[in-house]
Amino acid sequence: MQIGDVTPKPILYVDGVTVTFDGFRALNDLSLVIAPGEMRAIIGPNGAGKTTMMDVITGKTRPDTGTGTVAFNGDVDLTKMDEAAIAQLGIGRKFQKPTVFESHTVRDNLQLALAGLRKPFTVLFAKETAKEKQRIDELLELTKLTESLGRLAGDLSHGQKQWLEIGMLLAQEPALLLVDEPVAGMTDAETAETAELLVEINKTRSVVVVEHDMTFVKALGVKVTVLHEGSVLAEGPLDQVQANERVIEVYLGR
Amino acid sequence: MIAKRIFGSDAMAFWFLAGLFIVTVLVAVLNLATPEDAALHVPTYLVALLGKYLCYAILALSIDLVWGYVGILSLGHGAFFALGGYGMGMYLMRQIGPRGVYGDPVLPDFMVFLNWKELPWYWLGFDNFLFAMVMVALIPGILAFVFGYLAFRSRVTGVYLSIITQAMTYALLLAFFRNDMGFGGNNGLTDFKDLLGFNLQTDGMRVSLFAASALALALCYLLCLWITRSRFGKVLIAVRDAESRTRFMGYRVEGYKLAAFTLSAVMAGIAGALYVPQVGIINPGEFAPQNSIEAVVWVAVGGRGTLVGAAIGAIVVNFGKTVFTGVLPELWLFALGGLFIFVTLLMPKGIVGTVPQLLDMLRSRKAQNAVAPEPPKTEASTPAGE
Amino acid sequence: MVILTLSRLRRFCLIAMAILTLAGAGAIGQARAQDVQEALKLFAGSYDDIQKGIEALAVSGQPTAIEILQALSDNRLIVGADGSLVYKDAAGALHDAATGAVVAAEPPGAKPVRANNRIRRAAEAALGQLTLVSPDPAKRLDAALSVFKSKDQTSLPLIETALARENDPKVKTALERARAALILYGPGEEAAKLDAVKVIAAQGNQDALAMLTSAPTPSPAVAAAIKDAAEAIEGRLALWSGVQSFYYGISLGSVLLLAAIGLAITFGVMGVINMAHGEMVMIGAYTTFVVQDIIRTSAPWLFDYSLAIALPLAFLVSGAVGILIERVIIRFLYGRPLETLLATFGLSLVLQQAVRTIFGPTNREVGNPAWMSGAFDLGGLTLTYNRMWIIVFSMVVLVVLMIVLRRTAFGLQMRAVTQNRRMAGSMGIRTNWVDMLTFGLGSGVAGIAGVALSQIDNVSPNLGQGYIIDSFMVVVFGGVGNLWGTLVGAMTLGITNKLLEPVAGAVLGKIFVLVALVLFIQRKPRGLFPQKGRAVER
Repeated sequence: MQIGDVTPKPILYVDGVTVTFDGFRALNDLSLVIAPGEMRAIIGPNGAGKTTMMDVITGKTRPDTGTGTVAFNGDVDLTKMDEAAIAQLGIGRKFQKPTVFESHTVRDNLQLALAGLRKPFTVLFAKETAKEKQRIDELLELTKLTESLGRLAGDLSHGQKQWLEIGMLLAQEPALLLVDEPVAGMTDAETAETAELLVEINKTRSVVVVEHDMTFVKALGVKVTVLHEGSVLAEGPLDQVQANERVIEVYLGR
Repeated sequence: MIAKRIFGSDAMAFWFLAGLFIVTVLVAVLNLATPEDAALHVPTYLVALLGKYLCYAILALSIDLVWGYVGILSLGHGAFFALGGYGMGMYLMRQIGPRGVYGDPVLPDFMVFLNWKELPWYWLGFDNFLFAMVMVALIPGILAFVFGYLAFRSRVTGVYLSIITQAMTYALLLAFFRNDMGFGGNNGLTDFKDLLGFNLQTDGMRVSLFAASALALALCYLLCLWITRSRFGKVLIAVRDAESRTRFMGYRVEGYKLAAFTLSAVMAGIAGALYVPQVGIINPGEFAPQNSIEAVVWVAVGGRGTLVGAAIGAIVVNFGKTVFTGVLPELWLFALGGLFIFVTLLMPKGIVGTVPQLLDMLRSRKAQNAVAPEPPKTEASTPAGE
Repeated sequence: MVILTLSRLRRFCLIAMAILTLAGAGAIGQARAQDVQEALKLFAGSYDDIQKGIEALAVSGQPTAIEILQALSDNRLIVGADGSLVYKDAAGALHDAATGAVVAAEPPGAKPVRANNRIRRAAEAALGQLTLVSPDPAKRLDAALSVFKSKDQTSLPLIETALARENDPKVKTALERARAALILYGPGEEAAKLDAVKVIAAQGNQDALAMLTSAPTPSPAVAAAIKDAAEAIEGRLALWSGVQSFYYGISLGSVLLLAAIGLAITFGVMGVINMAHGEMVMIGAYTTFVVQDIIRTSAPWLFDYSLAIALPLAFLVSGAVGILIERVIIRFLYGRPLETLLATFGLSLVLQQAVRTIFGPTNREVGNPAWMSGAFDLGGLTLTYNRMWIIVFSMVVLVVLMIVLRRTAFGLQMRAVTQNRRMAGSMGIRTNWVDMLTFGLGSGVAGIAGVALSQIDNVSPNLGQGYIIDSFMVVVFGGVGNLWGTLVGAMTLGITNKLLEPVAGAVLGKIFVLVALVLFIQRKPRGLFPQKGRAVER
């Protein structure tokens, strides 16, 4: 395996992955390397394969190209693991549509997300520790939900749900965060705040953000990867990518 | 708001258990300690009837645990109930001994009738009460474990799971109808004489069985309450509300589902075992898919996702059935069918979910906008395919 | 032991009698014309004489023998004071018994020949033999077959006679087989018996097998020949019974297809779990009953067309009920499949009880039109017309539905709504209407299935219940949203079921299929022909 030889070990390494559904190539020889501590924005038109890429990384979809083509931390083969194992490894995923446990309180949502106990029997007898309580309070603070801690998650506003979900992701203490369209349906103010939050998060973790909103991507100010028809079309700083002729062609049509 | 507090979790648990205790003691005393012609005397047939309701309540509780809390709609829980019932039935058959019609000291009558010479191996040990009771829990448990392991591992969910659970109980129905199975075929197991050496027909035995059912219900209720309040229970609800989120959080959902499903099957089995000596018969009809679906409706009527609701639903619907089939038997199916439709369309939260809402509404109207009422939150009905 | 001895004794007596009669018959054959006269004279005598006369007549080859004996049984045989014999035919005309010529009047002193039960029996038996030479080939065939079955040795000379003058090839074969059976069970030569084994073996069916396996084996050569022939027949029969099971499987498969195909639309295309689907089938069957009932009382000549009339009506009635259900119940439950399941289950109870209240709880009689009843043979198969027509019909329904879904504007809109409701809506498709009509279509097709099922199943309020689980299994097994999958699913289930049946028995076979299905769904949760892609994951 040459993956291990790359220095520094990439946190995420995707090597020529192809996924087909009924003959349709959702991913076509896609390669991607994310360095530790990096934040990467991924853009692309509808059907470019962004969500499928997330599915492959998180173990929901198996690539056609077989084992060894998706690696975490340089040498952990993700193609052999299921979603739960990958999550426990330290890869967190935020869905496009905010997905929280609507009939649990905000606090319970965070408590369930806390890294640590996952096995049924240990969970059955689990008691909340002081450390856990402290972490939950921190996260409530960070996501500005302290006042709503007793409310049912289903009663939160759309923006609050997005933040709660990000809080839950952080509670998992992941090394790598995959975030799918975090600002869809948010107000401008919320969008700006979310960008700040992600930058803050990026200080301790690697982040991959899929987003359509160009002002948001600009606000992040990070390297951008453009996907098209399941493979990488362009990569680099936003200005450079925006000047790329092929990107313009794909986005604006001929 | 006040109603919510009264029906709120802990108070509700207290009142449910207290009510169960009081009814049990009252029924026992009024049956055993009053003369038969006394006004307050509870006749023995009523004791057996109430005991039957309590068994149904346990079954409803077990269904609620998987449907209300994990979102698994099992249309085959009647199978676990019936298997538990057959376990108990086998013990009771062995207790008959030489008092059967054919007087064979070992073989039950139907085996003599089939010209069988010796007891099939799977009947061995059922003359021992403890062994039989272990089997009552173990057999439904093992079936549920194997079935659930296969189903959950390959992520069969929703309607598909419901359909295959229904197929499971249907297959068992067909199997138990066969004489070759060695469970009495069409007629099932009946003509029971005694349990642990006590005659089943005596008032004392009836009351004891009723009390045992009440105790089992209370214990099952407390167990479910403890589980659903634990962090484990929170994970179950998380699975129900957003299965893939739970998975991406690192929980191996299959394990949680399997544990809940298996436990639920064991509870159903125990309910079946208590049911059989009180009704005096177990036959393959108990496996009929319709029974399982009916039990699901008890839960829906009472209020899915609330443990007390499941128990209350089972008792209320069956009480209605008893009354209805006594007075207007031909209308019962109309009533039951109508109830299915009414509850799913208009009362999705069931009795326990709806009554406090109504009370709240009354109170807030009385309070004359003292607190601005929250807009009613309607459940989004997203059309199929979206 | 006692029984065994008795049966042996009886067989011995029979054989002895057969030999005696044979000898007697031969003697009579030599002086035929004279004997006929003698025999006819006996009819004027006592009961004993008459019986002798009957027996003589039976083997005489007299052309009018059948008419005479029939007239005797019906008290139409008349004897004159001079002993001359005439009979009245069914039309009342008088004939001379010896010549069959029409005579003008009864002979003087005429009176009917007396007949008691003994005489009648004798006449019947004689007639049985005589039909071997009846002018009607169908009667001769029947007689030959009955000799084959009875192995009555006394018939041998008559068979020989009949064989000599037989022209009809079918009857001839039957006669040859009858002769072979008699030889095989008679006291004949080894060579003759070996030939007989060959003749019977050529017949190759269950009767032949039974004939061979229980035949006496006087010599090892005959025993060996019988063994070989029996094995050959058994092999052939096993093959045919395999084919027959396969055919039954296709037949069951087409029934399942009919029951499931409406479900494939409502469940497969719309994602709606309609537990009352079976009741839509039942309503179709009851529609057939009502149509036939009206025809019976007011226009019996239409009976053969009753199914053709019932088909569109059943479609409309079940479809209308379906649309009503969609509007009143299902519409409010889209996207909540489990709730839909419970509500429609409740509905199924209501519909069953409603039908029970209106039509009564017992089975109602739905008749088969002439073209649906009866059976025909094909090789070693017996195919009933109703099963065959149902296979044909299910295929027609499948093809028509596919055309509707793929080639019509409605089908296009339906698929559009299934794939992307919002987009379809914004393109001006009235998604409500499409939902309603799709559900109506699925229910209507169930009604049509009911018409077909009324021909092979009991029309009772429980009719639908029997099919609902199987139908769901078919749809889930085949893969949701795919009519080809439904076809393959139905046929696979039907054929597997019927192929297992001879091995495991009907119930156990069905249990195996159910268990296998449950395991299959756990292996491949999306069925044989899954829809792929992202749309499924929602």
